[in-house]
Amino acid sequence: MKKVLSLVLALTMVFAFTLTFTGCGGSEEEGNSDSAMKAGFICLHDENSTYDKNFIDAANAACEELGVEAIIKTNVPEGQECYEAAAELVDAGCGIVFADSFGHEDYMIQAAKDFPDVQFCHSTGTKAHTEGLDNYHNAFASIYQGRYLAGIAAGMKLNEMIEKGDITADQAKIGYVGAFTYAEVVSGYTSFFLGARSVCESATMEVTFTGSWYDETLEKEGANKLINDGCVLLSQHADSMGAPTACENAGVPDVSYNGSTVESCPETFIVSSRIDWVPYYEYCIQAVQNGETIDADWTGDLKTGSVVLTEINENVAAEGTAEAIEEATEGLKDGSIQVFDTSAFTVTVDKEKKINLNATVDADGHVTEYNADVDTDPEYKGDTNVIEDGAFMESKFRSAPYFDLQIDGITLLDTKF
Amino acid sequence: MKENKVRKEPLIKLSRREDIDRKHSWTYRALAIVAALILDAIIIMVTVHMNPLDIYETMFMGAFGTSRKVWITLKDLSLLLLISIALTPAYKMKFWNLGGEGQVLMGAWATAFCMLYLGDKLPHGVLLLVMFLAAIVVGAIWAMIPAVFKAKWGTNETLFTLMMNYVAIQLIAYFVIKWEVPKGSGHVGIINQSTQAGWLPYIGTNSYALIVILVAIVTVGMYVYLKYSKHGYEISVVGESQRTATYVGISVDKVIIRTLFLSGAICGFAGWLMVSGSGHTITTSIAGGMGFTGIMVSWLAQFNVIVMILCSLLIVFMGHGASEIATSFGLNEAFGDILTGIIIFFIIGVEFFIHYKVHTRKSGKEVA
Repeated sequence: MKKVLSLVLALTMVFAFTLTFTGCGGSEEEGNSDSAMKAGFICLHDENSTYDKNFIDAANAACEELGVEAIIKTNVPEGQECYEAAAELVDAGCGIVFADSFGHEDYMIQAAKDFPDVQFCHSTGTKAHTEGLDNYHNAFASIYQGRYLAGIAAGMKLNEMIEKGDITADQAKIGYVGAFTYAEVVSGYTSFFLGARSVCESATMEVTFTGSWYDETLEKEGANKLINDGCVLLSQHADSMGAPTACENAGVPDVSYNGSTVESCPETFIVSSRIDWVPYYEYCIQAVQNGETIDADWTGDLKTGSVVLTEINENVAAEGTAEAIEEATEGLKDGSIQVFDTSAFTVTVDKEKKINLNATVDADGHVTEYNADVDTDPEYKGDTNVIEDGAFMESKFRSAPYFDLQIDGITLLDTKF
Repeated sequence: MKENKVRKEPLIKLSRREDIDRKHSWTYRALAIVAALILDAIIIMVTVHMNPLDIYETMFMGAFGTSRKVWITLKDLSLLLLISIALTPAYKMKFWNLGGEGQVLMGAWATAFCMLYLGDKLPHGVLLLVMFLAAIVVGAIWAMIPAVFKAKWGTNETLFTLMMNYVAIQLIAYFVIKWEVPKGSGHVGIINQSTQAGWLPYIGTNSYALIVILVAIVTVGMYVYLKYSKHGYEISVVGESQRTATYVGISVDKVIIRTLFLSGAICGFAGWLMVSGSGHTITTSIAGGMGFTGIMVSWLAQFNVIVMILCSLLIVFMGHGASEIATSFGLNEAFGDILTGIIIFFIIGVEFFIHYKVHTRKSGKEVA
């Protein structure tokens, strides 16, 4: 018995070693033949997250279009692992490295300092315009415009429900599952709400926060809480399928984010807005190829094709939604519609609760001046007045959103995050 | 009929092996790894239709492909090893310390606290020392709370230490919100990025070498402590039988508290290395579950410090390999985790066959 065993073992080992060595020999040859440009991508999660899938799809599309090899690292946490991933991508020959999550920023800056010959582009970050590094760049898109358009679809749906007699005008309450009380989220739900209210005047909104960008259970629970609270239509700014699934189960219409969820939610999905990163990726990669400089802070919009809506789900959407959205799109493009038109919303300054302290409002509650925290610092000091020509100029002074006003009509159920 | 059946020997009978020699047990272990690799290969061919050797090679390159990767592997190996080493004395004493994660987190928290509040007030060397002391004291306190309860009132340490993890996670979640930049983002970011105050110094340009050296020193220290010191002997006596320990005049309560102090202090030390030496930030997930993986490493190595190096290497290697095949082949990282799981399953499984003989009814012979 033992003899047989040792024989088998010896044979297996010899076999394994031979194969391993022949295998290694092959790889060295392959390693020497790299001449084309490579682009590296760092993603917080993998394609199971709608947020990361949106980036991964864009990375593949842009690289295919430009004939560049894409190296994509998924499930990279927002810590030292991000720096390590960036450094490894540089080692692998990438001339440009992209990262997709807010918490990657400091580690990307660190990598940019250590590898001055490589370009580092970080989506959703805030520090590039003050950091002063030639090879570190931020990007975002004016997604509040997309949210506003999606909000119009929501408002039309509310109007339809009121007309049908399913709800009264007072019951037109929207629910919103947010991640953190961070400007990006605040800007998102406020523009969505303003879009909805532009067609359905009686609309109100409740917002709950999960304290996580990706937590399917919490997002589902949050959505269920809002539905039980009497919300008749939901939207979300969190990256899992939690809220859409909860809506489908409860039969509540949902305006999604980051991409269509119509396959999983055919009965409730209305429309979704998302950022299309392909224009930015192509712009950056081409800049590296041509030896041009990349903007430190780049904002895509409807015109660059960075802000897009998915196809409308006609089964759920109200009649005339497509036409209304199209009309508003033109208005946003030519500037006749401003999402954060200060006459469209009112604000209450509450010194006791420290709400909206940076805002100056007139007698009617309309904002006349707002000191936003554009240059990131630990004290969150306002440094720039962002009200111009009667509108809050989002994404003008920095690509990442800085709209963090709490406007009247929106109730925050919890603000601990 | 029935009576006949009852009289028959059971189909499979187990008996404990008393005569395992080293050579044979290592042969079995090697065999288990080969068997696991073969099963992995079959799974690869059947599910994703790829050449398993390509996948194995890519996994290997993921951990050792470049000198940077080797250093990252060494750093991760060191941190996992350090936590395993921290947990080992408690396990040897049969104290079920499941609180490694929380103890590491609290050490990390204390480090971050000092970096944030003392970063611009103390000279660099003093700051590092203060951070170090704070981390090991806080880690030790976190471990000693359940130890004192166990020693004084006989509470169940398994639940207690486990719950302490959640307390630590929630505490850190609170402080992350308190320290976050910018407001509402839920991220602390790199602490003292411009001044590098409280950062572990680089050796040359290498930021991880010092971590590896420090862990190597602790490893040797723990080996000597467990094997040659009086404390180490007392730990094994308490682990074998608390009554014997009491009979020979060892104060069991004292040994429990003292050992947990040591365990917690080393966990705190690991937290210090993670924040000061590597991540320079604080998150609830900075320990990355290593407080739990360390338990597996410690048991897998049967508390042998040297074997723990191999076990940590295996786990870190497989982790890096899994993410490399995700990058190279577009396979989801979960696929790599399946391959890793099979290998670990075989390694744990073979320990059973090393320690027990299996007799079948017909032959009465052993089956390897």
